[in-house]
Amino acid sequence: MTVQAFDLAERLQTPVIIMSDLDLGMNDWMSPPLEWDDNYRMDRGKVLDAGALDKVEKWGRYLDVDGDGICYRTLPGTHPDKGAYFTRGSSKNEMAVYSESGDDYVQNVDRLLRKFETAKSYVPAPKTHPPIAVETPQTTLKLGALFFGTSASPAYEAVEMLAEEGFSIDTMRIRAFPFHESVDQFIHDHDLVFVIEQNRDGQMRRLIINECEIPPGKLTPVLNYSGTPITARKIAGNIREALSAKSADVVPLHPETA
Amino acid sequence: MSYIKPKFRHPGLPRNALGITVADYDGAISTLCAGCGHDSISAAIRNACFLSSIPPHRIAKLSGIGCSSKMPTYFLGKSHGFNSVHGRMPSVATGASLANRELIYIGVSGDGDTASIGMGQFIHLIRRNVNMTYIVANNGCYGLTKGQDSATADLGSVSKYGDVNPFDGIDLASLALLQGASFVARSFSGDKEQLEPLIRAAMAHNGFAFIDVVSPCVTFNNHVGSTKSYAYTREHLDAMPLDYVPMCEEIRTQYEAGTSRGVTLHDGSVIQLHKASADYQTDDRNAAMLAVQEAHDEGRILTGLLFLDPNTGDLNQNLKLASKPLNALSTDELCPGSKVLNSINQGLR
Ligand SMILES: Cc1ncc(C[n+]2csc(CCOP(=O)(O)OP(=O)(O)O)c2C)c(N)n1
Ligand code: SF4
Ligand SMILES: [Mg+2]
Repeated sequence: MTVQAFDLAERLQTPVIIMSDLDLGMNDWMSPPLEWDDNYRMDRGKVLDAGALDKVEKWGRYLDVDGDGICYRTLPGTHPDKGAYFTRGSSKNEMAVYSESGDDYVQNVDRLLRKFETAKSYVPAPKTHPPIAVETPQTTLKLGALFFGTSASPAYEAVEMLAEEGFSIDTMRIRAFPFHESVDQFIHDHDLVFVIEQNRDGQMRRLIINECEIPPGKLTPVLNYSGTPITARKIAGNIREALSAKSADVVPLHPETA
Repeated sequence: MSYIKPKFRHPGLPRNALGITVADYDGAISTLCAGCGHDSISAAIRNACFLSSIPPHRIAKLSGIGCSSKMPTYFLGKSHGFNSVHGRMPSVATGASLANRELIYIGVSGDGDTASIGMGQFIHLIRRNVNMTYIVANNGCYGLTKGQDSATADLGSVSKYGDVNPFDGIDLASLALLQGASFVARSFSGDKEQLEPLIRAAMAHNGFAFIDVVSPCVTFNNHVGSTKSYAYTREHLDAMPLDYVPMCEEIRTQYEAGTSRGVTLHDGSVIQLHKASADYQTDDRNAAMLAVQEAHDEGRILTGLLFLDPNTGDLNQNLKLASKPLNALSTDELCPGSKVLNSINQGLR
């Protein structure tokens, strides 16, 4: 993912932040050996070199020539008298010249919106799995679960537990923000979606509500913020509770001790 | 407000070793207040780059936020510029210098940008000896936000609104000396004879070169009672005059015996110290700190080259980083491929 992050940073001309979490960062984890594809070529994005600068008719650092919100850039020191520009805040026009004009401002921030839209199809797509077959379904609702980071493994385990109890839950592991287009689709394809995450406020759920314009009632939070990692039992318990179902094996939940 | 800068130039304008004129080092027309010290510093930077025949496109200009940080727009229009966030120029400069060690970096900041919000970053820039010239246009106030006292305002200096500053000012030159800066100077925006050679020397220096330039704010800090006004600075100035002679030129001027002393930079260029300051030892950090402190106690503003260590290793050398700019490295150099990864994997078994 680091390799992809570098490519994205150059393609989208923006810093890319790789998110880890405490569980992932502070503990040792097994992983299959890392692999490298020798046929891989780096994506340097839209960069003009001296030759290209000589050829191009009109170049402006913030001129969106192909409508994706991403403009051609140059590296410092490339050409004796072409391609130098001044990077500054929002008071600039398409030619990177200082401007306080409202029109310039609006076109600038609108271009960034276009770039945000473009980014949605470039970022890593979420991971989904075929649903686990359920013999006697306990509900007619189409259920889904969204999660990310180290909540994923206990979430998959919880989904297996609940499948045995007659609840079929489709899963989606989110891997990037801005959300890939398929996140919206996943939510629309389900009647009820659980958002499993490890913070008090359900921040990912709120982000989804805002970004994908989803009615809040459709997304049920499944939260853990005790400071210890979320467990499959906790997730299954919360989902059962939300569905007002009793545990199939009737064993009452033990209080979780670390 | 927008201006059109006249394109006409006198055909007889002197040309430098690159065959270009000082006009080729111009930037956009300044929008700062008429008489602002910052405009004189812009002119000094432009002249210094012209005189040293530096190709404009090989220079990168950096700044933070403030009237002072707006300056890079007003010189070197053919150079790349980066107006960063308030007080955050040091981290951008560090990154740029590590990514491309072959460009010449000029950072322009203000006393607010450096001594208040940017203090944390500034001190690490010094410590890491990033190869750049860092100029603070020091007016003792936040000019852009209407003249509030800055952290370099002197104790007892009176603001435009009549308030007496109750705090000791931070002396950035002393701070730079203490933190191990390899080139420390102070100057005055009104002293072009001293400021230009200092900037040229700073750009020739390999490592972090700091120049604290008293640069009066005519709109908010130029009244009676201010210790950063033109009048006060002129009255209390104790300037150590100097010349800069680049490596490729001979020293043509004849100086009277005992009145001048040369200090050689790592690239072979020479700084000539004149008159009384010929005795000043630029290679003695402790003496420099003492000299600055003594001048301060006596109400003098000591300007000139305060300290120089011409033989330091800059950040790139210190960290033994790639000898070429990163954008000049080939794919093979950047990526060792599956063979190397496999051997790393084996090493972890
Ligand atoms: C993060 C942030 N905080 C505060 C400000 C408001 N601000 C703009 S300029 C400035 C001070 C500038 O003072 P100085 O660096 O001395 O520059 P001068 O205008 O005096 O040349 C401040 C506090 C800002 N732009 N950004
Ligand atoms: S407000 Fe002061 S510092 Fe800013 S441009 Fe005017 S004179 Fe210069
Ligand atoms: Mg200031």
